[in-house]
Amino acid sequence: MMNYPSARSDPPDDPAIRAETLNVVRGTRQVLRDLDFTVPRGQITGLLGPSGCGKSTLMRAVVGTQAKVTGTLDVLGRPAGHPTLRARIGYVTQAPSVYDDLTIRQNLAYFAAILDPGHAATDRRQENVTRAITDVDLTSHADALAGNLSGGQRSRVSLAVALLGTPELLVLDEPTVGLDPVLRRDLWGLFHDIAASRGATLLISSHVMDEAERCHRLLLMREGRILADDTPDALRTRTQSETVEAAFLHLVDEATAAARAKETTR
Amino acid sequence: MTTTTSPTTTLRPAPTRALNLARTTATAARVLRQLRHDPRTIALMLLVPCVMLFLLRYVFDGSPRTFDNIGASLLGIFPLITMFLVTSIATLRERTSGTLERLLAMPLGKGDLIAGYALAFGTLAILQSALATGLALWFLDLDVIGSPWLLLLVALLDALLGTALGLFVSAFAASEFQAVQFMPAVIFPQLLLCGLFTPRDNMHPALEAISNVLPMSYAVDGMNEVLKHTDMTADFVRDALIVAGCALLVLGLGAATLRRRTE
Repeated sequence: MMNYPSARSDPPDDPAIRAETLNVVRGTRQVLRDLDFTVPRGQITGLLGPSGCGKSTLMRAVVGTQAKVTGTLDVLGRPAGHPTLRARIGYVTQAPSVYDDLTIRQNLAYFAAILDPGHAATDRRQENVTRAITDVDLTSHADALAGNLSGGQRSRVSLAVALLGTPELLVLDEPTVGLDPVLRRDLWGLFHDIAASRGATLLISSHVMDEAERCHRLLLMREGRILADDTPDALRTRTQSETVEAAFLHLVDEATAAARAKETTR
Repeated sequence: MTTTTSPTTTLRPAPTRALNLARTTATAARVLRQLRHDPRTIALMLLVPCVMLFLLRYVFDGSPRTFDNIGASLLGIFPLITMFLVTSIATLRERTSGTLERLLAMPLGKGDLIAGYALAFGTLAILQSALATGLALWFLDLDVIGSPWLLLLVALLDALLGTALGLFVSAFAASEFQAVQFMPAVIFPQLLLCGLFTPRDNMHPALEAISNVLPMSYAVDGMNEVLKHTDMTADFVRDALIVAGCALLVLGLGAATLRRRTE
């Protein structure tokens, strides 16, 4: 936090993300409906829900690349998409967004030069690049072309780009999809370490419910709405379920029943 | 995988300005580095114009005057077409691979990105034009009265125009198939009307009027001025300024198609 003098103006208990009646329309379809939630600072918040429920759209709204966003959406004390936020947020899209015709090191060196430009910063950039490659465990492949890597390796290069600038908020869209269990465990270890040692906030989406147990807090989404906003423990207790997956199903059934009851009384 | 991260170095986010020299050159270096991993593309870009000129020289073996006219015009047209193709595909890739979205979510100005592309492809265009001009003048006996430096200048402006047009149309192409089809759609009409096949004042008046507003016409006119005059004529200056102005205008339009927020 002390690396960013501008961050001092926001009180530390201010949430990293605050949404009030957040709506997003894509084409004619309403993708997000009246969302109200907060994401606390310095923690890992999991954004869970089935494919197509609006997770990616919500993340794009947070990083400021989504058009047609209405309602309130404050990120790190500024309206989402504010130019000063661009250097403070790390964003990883679902599909790896790296240059296939560059090596891992060349990819990271370019993005580092955008984040921290200038000749004077050369050494610092090199350090950051090496650290990011180490963080995602790709040191042995540093000079391989990104296009020649496996899918999981490419998504780790994409993740490394987001780790470059020591961001205060990391928005990761399905970062562990298609990775083997060992790598997944290691990456979650890295995420916890980033939250603990750097005080960064992480918003991580997944459609795999067993990853929910690794988050501090959960936002459960379905069909553009938020079903629950709680800790994994509280969710299980409230729904008297063994797992988060069971809790999610319980909440879906509850919501469907409520909708049906509303329809019959109409 | 490390679970303990080394202490992070202090990084103060640099502000986003309209144009940042370091970010622009970093982008240009990145584009050139991408090309360096693709030597075949570089070879095609540099050699195809030379082969074409060579062919043309011996197609018009019996009428060297025709070769002079067409050859000089082509020295301006080649960089335009090549840079149009390369830029439209490169920026389309940038749009579809998600790297553009990532860059625009970072503190990169749109101007930096566009200037970076223009700088990288401009450098290649200089190389391409130098090779083609050198070959035409000293090995194929292209009879040019003016300075070869002026030929090179027009070629560079044409390359910038090609880069600008490619960047602009890539916004309207959803796939690489469509991007390639924009070549005949955008370039061929200009090729027919630019005065390469017949002087523009011999055309139907309606077509001549159209050719008057197409930038490639001035690229070819400029080349012909160098072909026929020893000095830099007023017409040459006008032609060069029009091509440069069009390039800047289209680059501006291209910048408008780079949206930070998309649906």
